[in-house]
Amino acid sequence: MELFDLQTLRVIWWLLLGVLLIGFALTDGYDLGVGALLPFVAKSDVERRMVINSVAPHWEGHQVWFILGGGAIFAAWPFVYAVSFSGFYLAMFVVLAALILRPVGFKYRSKKEDPAWRARWDWALFIGGFVPALVFGVAVGNVLLGIPFRLDSDLRAWYEGSFIGLFRPFALVCGLLSVSMLVTHGAAWLAVKVEEGPVPERARRIGSIAAIAAIALFALGGAMVAFGSMGYRVTGGDPFGPSNPLRSTTVPLSGGWLANYAAAPATLLAPLAGFAGALVALIGIRARRRWLAFGGSSLATIGIIATVGVSMFPFILPSSIDARSSLTVWNSSSSTTTLGIMLFVTVVLLPIVLVYTAWALNVMRGTVTSREIGINPDLY
Amino acid sequence: MDPGVVDLSRLQFALTALYHFLFVPLTLGLSFMLVIMESVYVMTDRPIWKEITRFWGKLFGINFVLGVATGLTMEFQFGTNWSYFSHYVGDIFGAPLAIEGLMAFFLEATFVGIMFFAWERLSKVGHLAVTVLVALGTNLSALWILIANGWMQNPTGAAFNPETMRMEVTDFTAVLFNPIAQAKFVHTVSAGYVLASVVVLGVSAWYLLNGRFKAHAARSMTVASAFGLASALSVLVLGDESGYTLTDNQRMKLAAIEAEWHTEKAPAGLALFGIPDFAARKTHLEVKVPWVLGLIATRSLHGEVFGITELVRRAEERIGHGIAAYDAVERLKAAPADIKARADFEIHRNDLGYALLLKRIVDDPRKATPEQIAATAWDTVPSVPLMFWSFRVMAGIGFLMIALFALAFVLCSLRLHTRTPWFWKLCVAAIPLPWIAIELGWIVAEMGRQPWAIDGVLPTFLAPSSLSRTSLWITLVGFTALYGVLAVIEVRLMLAAIRHGPIDHRDEPQPAPGSLPATPMAA
Repeated sequence: MELFDLQTLRVIWWLLLGVLLIGFALTDGYDLGVGALLPFVAKSDVERRMVINSVAPHWEGHQVWFILGGGAIFAAWPFVYAVSFSGFYLAMFVVLAALILRPVGFKYRSKKEDPAWRARWDWALFIGGFVPALVFGVAVGNVLLGIPFRLDSDLRAWYEGSFIGLFRPFALVCGLLSVSMLVTHGAAWLAVKVEEGPVPERARRIGSIAAIAAIALFALGGAMVAFGSMGYRVTGGDPFGPSNPLRSTTVPLSGGWLANYAAAPATLLAPLAGFAGALVALIGIRARRRWLAFGGSSLATIGIIATVGVSMFPFILPSSIDARSSLTVWNSSSSTTTLGIMLFVTVVLLPIVLVYTAWALNVMRGTVTSREIGINPDLY
Repeated sequence: MDPGVVDLSRLQFALTALYHFLFVPLTLGLSFMLVIMESVYVMTDRPIWKEITRFWGKLFGINFVLGVATGLTMEFQFGTNWSYFSHYVGDIFGAPLAIEGLMAFFLEATFVGIMFFAWERLSKVGHLAVTVLVALGTNLSALWILIANGWMQNPTGAAFNPETMRMEVTDFTAVLFNPIAQAKFVHTVSAGYVLASVVVLGVSAWYLLNGRFKAHAARSMTVASAFGLASALSVLVLGDESGYTLTDNQRMKLAAIEAEWHTEKAPAGLALFGIPDFAARKTHLEVKVPWVLGLIATRSLHGEVFGITELVRRAEERIGHGIAAYDAVERLKAAPADIKARADFEIHRNDLGYALLLKRIVDDPRKATPEQIAATAWDTVPSVPLMFWSFRVMAGIGFLMIALFALAFVLCSLRLHTRTPWFWKLCVAAIPLPWIAIELGWIVAEMGRQPWAIDGVLPTFLAPSSLSRTSLWITLVGFTALYGVLAVIEVRLMLAAIRHGPIDHRDEPQPAPGSLPATPMAA
């Protein structure tokens, strides 16, 4: 397991953290977007069932990216797991409560034909899509702003701040960006997966608005990062050193989140991909090129998430009240042994997961049709 | 730590974990029974076996989604509510959770969708393969989470690192092949198989009592009786009692289960009944079977089973060593390069956790008085009456299950199971029992681990996040309300699906038309 040194492993695991987040946003992201779109793109029960069945066979597998995200952060970045989920305690509760509605919503809605029953589950599925998409964005916004926590000498985390305090203007911009990004992605998926008719038409209409909103909000968020006093800088500490935040030093630095772009201009590709992807998605939706639209929304998702990572590197969770408690790539990882073992396990298993995920999508290929909804008893 | 926060965090974990485990064992067992039923369908090509598979598959699905929904909470609860735990042992504990996601959750969650949606899109063998992968995924998930839990009971292959103020892996193979984790895995999944077998047996018996779906019920019963008997025996034989001699804390758990206040001369007897009295440190009205405990626990005639008082005395010594380790860690915090402090730490490192126990009553364990140390040593005893009775009820139900399945197996082998109404009533009555046993099993395992979050390493009262009581009340009430509503809906849907039965079409012959469900069901 001594193939890589600790510093290299930390960088690899920082990249893998990005891979996990992007994997989640690309796959379950469209399921969340479809959930958020459900009441608006589908009016009749058959239409709603077409929307639901466009994601029903796969969303459960996709959600594992989120669960794995939790497990992998726990294994590779225990400090980040400990501080972020407890620091965002009530926000996390809201996300979990909303996500809990999805498995039951998908499965139980079809168990009764009563319209009131189905309408209630439709709202549950909407909440299960919209609320996590919003709160994830708000959380990322708060991470960029810095979280009010400090570590004591036992490395126990203490927090200030409140749930309502999370909804600062910049964080709200990030939340809405997240919603519009995933709604674009979900709308693009519906255009791919549901037979031509009113559903993809409405999805295209909302999708175009969402894509334009994503471009505007991404630009607005970028301007706030550039001109607001945001950012931090590492001033001391050893990238090979033990994972102990108190041994490194960081300071708030206005404009700190732009430093990496100045140092390595190639990293500008990340925000460029965000803008270009959203634009391609918009063009694809307008031109009725379904796969172009889906490719565009995928690229936008990758670009926007990568932008957050690139802006903050090496920071993962900066502290707004005690800069030296800030968690960075260099001070909050697991040990060399654990990072090495987990890298090995990931390199072996993740490709297998990707292969059978693709196989499963292929088994269920083709569009969901109203005819199939009428005759196939296996559909929700 | 605020004791109120500790108690509320524990209450929330207990409620969400016990609730999660109402659904998990049925998933574990039913997934394998689906494999058996569908295999029979593929081999015999008789449509009735497809109907049987799809019927139990429908119940599997209704139950499965709540396992997923409640599992979400569990995956993140270590971070949300137990953040010091997460920091302190994440280097070891996080790995099995991540591997569980990669190896098991993806497998079951990806293929469970295909299992339900692709009956017409796959060949028969192809669909069976998918069902097998779902069963494999659910059971692998149990393996990894029990490796994580087993490590909390026996934290092997890891050591405290003063530089990072946490436990770190020293030997990952020891974590993987932890004998307690292995025993727990077999014990837990077998219990799940028993539970699913009881459900299939009980529901089938209910059909026979009502004269409905006789052919489906008789066949399901046969599968359940064979699978259930093998599993019930495996729960007992491969129970995790053998692990109770490994560490001081496991020994304490065993002593509490047996209410063995003092070490007995080997081989120790097994208490069948008694009223444990903590204040008097004795058990009233005790009925003991000689030798049996010594034989089970130590697998020998001369192995000693330690008593509570002796183990407390040992804990007191370890607290003394632990204070020396704690002192060394404090000196290392101030001066990481202090060679003398490092050497002192190395001598006493295995007892550091025992000094932390003192933090419940003193801020600095080094300032503890001998009286405080003696009192804290008694904190290492879990609740004896709770352990004593939970274990006895659990084990009693275990034996009842063996008897039930032995009877079922004999009746099915003699083809008498379709003609024995008294037996059907027995099967229906047995349905709740495995749930009671399984929940009590977790109470024995986790309450028996107290006062430790990680045995001998991290006391439970130090492990929670530094949250406010208000936050905890909000989530506690929120989860309880949400889970409560979902439980009612789930049970209703299960009962409706059972009333509806395995046949979808109204034109099938129905021996008892009066018992058709009142409301028509969608597929």
